[in-house]
Amino acid sequence: MKKRKPITWLLLVLWAIMVLFPFYWMVLTSVKGYSAYNAEYTPQLFCANPTFENYIYAFTEVDLGRYLFNTVIFTMITTALMVVVSILAAYGFARLDFPGKNIVFTGFLALMMIPNELVVITNFQTITELNLRNTFLGLILPSVTSVFYIYLLKENFAQIPDSLYYAAKIDGSSDWKYLWKVMVPMCRPTVVTITILKVIECWNSYIWPSLITDDSKYYLVSNGIQQIRESGFGRANIPAMMAAVVIISIPLIILFLLNRHKIMSGVVRGGTKG
Amino acid sequence: MKKYRGLLYLLPAFLFLAVFLIYPLIDVFIYSLEEGYSSASQQYAGIGLYNYQYVLRDPYFTQALINTVLLVVITVPISTGLSLAIAFLLMRIEKLRSLFQTIYFLPYVTNTLAVGMVFMVLFKQTPYSVGFVNMVMGWVGLSPVDFIDGPYWAKMFVLCFYTIWVVMPFKILILTSALASVNPMYYDAAKIDGTSSWRTFYKITLPLISPSVFYLIITGFIGAFKAYSDAVALFGTNLNSAGMNTLVGYVFDMLYRDGGGYPSYASAAAILLFAIVLTITVINLMVSKKYTHYS
Repeated sequence: MKKRKPITWLLLVLWAIMVLFPFYWMVLTSVKGYSAYNAEYTPQLFCANPTFENYIYAFTEVDLGRYLFNTVIFTMITTALMVVVSILAAYGFARLDFPGKNIVFTGFLALMMIPNELVVITNFQTITELNLRNTFLGLILPSVTSVFYIYLLKENFAQIPDSLYYAAKIDGSSDWKYLWKVMVPMCRPTVVTITILKVIECWNSYIWPSLITDDSKYYLVSNGIQQIRESGFGRANIPAMMAAVVIISIPLIILFLLNRHKIMSGVVRGGTKG
Repeated sequence: MKKYRGLLYLLPAFLFLAVFLIYPLIDVFIYSLEEGYSSASQQYAGIGLYNYQYVLRDPYFTQALINTVLLVVITVPISTGLSLAIAFLLMRIEKLRSLFQTIYFLPYVTNTLAVGMVFMVLFKQTPYSVGFVNMVMGWVGLSPVDFIDGPYWAKMFVLCFYTIWVVMPFKILILTSALASVNPMYYDAAKIDGTSSWRTFYKITLPLISPSVFYLIITGFIGAFKAYSDAVALFGTNLNSAGMNTLVGYVFDMLYRDGGGYPSYASAAAILLFAIVLTITVINLMVSKKYTHYS
């Protein structure tokens, strides 16, 4: 058993290199000068004299700053709306009684099985007919609800003992107050988890933004970088494109490194990519 | 009135769901049956199955179907097997395990489009640059290939390679947490009985984590059938001309992009895709019921 450990380590390090190498390559390429990069027929694994000109170029030549700003706005509003809507709905399911609750909840769970690809077509038509193409509203509205996050929160809310609720009732606290003063603070870890997962989802969303925006003023980073690659400087200036890629990737990597336990346990509890 | 207060809390969620999930779900079936629908006039010629016939006869759809099926058949077994091996190796070490776990999870939080472009650069060969992968292939005496604009098998290889790289973090994470929850008592018992480590893995570990493995296989099939962004990142938005379109890509191209403006064809294709995924998932569930061990 003891003897085979070096092979274990070797294989683990090999996979770590497989994972990290593309990140190394994107940072490396982004600090190579334009002419230096184009002069090397065989790629160099190191860069003798790094330059930051590509980063300046990425912000001045295309509106990368605007794409980032759009993405931040889109992510913040979508996530905030999702959290509020989900908290209210989860509370309704977990705490309050109304006729037919079980039937409604079962039907609600069935909605989880609907694939996004099926509903995107009509949503595209709806948003187009409402003249909301190339607007934040058109980007945000269909991205708000997540059946799964409501379910996750509801499960957590349901774990809070009933006695707390009755105690609050006796003290004259309203349902609304009880929700925000007791329930939400007690379930903070779950709320934080779904917030972070939604932020990741929003930051990386590509399909919906690419369908609903064709005015570069409303591009998010995903279709922004696609635009750079196909008709911007990406066709010729690979180092500048890689600089843009680095800038787009950094915010989420920082978010991940700061919250890695929350993110990883949140994903175990029910995330899938996309 | 008080009886219905709960519904008030559900109202915002239901409004969103009704408009953007339930109504579209019904509507997509209606679209798929409306023949000759035009977005401009919002009129259609008749009701029938013509849209399905058209899609099934479209060579682009056939190509997308072949690409997607190949992608699924190649990436799901490899990524599941590889992640199982890596998760298993991870459990054998204690020092630095959390560091490795963090590194392995990194691709999950990165933008598929952005990192896909790094893979494009790594695999691309141009007259001015041989590219990293071709350089390495040159070291072992293989002749260079353009993986991005070259032969079909090369493009398929990059697409599978990148897809596996993207889906690994999720699978490794799920399997390591499944392995970590196996009661060590079983291993101790096996050790006392002098069971070989391969036999321990095959007879004890694998059955105990089989629910997680099947969960990954099922979600893996579903996810791979929906591949699209990865292909766009590698080959650009015009996937039909690259011959690398996927089923989801076909749906969106029909809806919007260059050949777009045909929501009826897009709907028919989306429903066909959904029917395929549903069938495969049901088969998967039936198989997993037979082999999964629930303690």
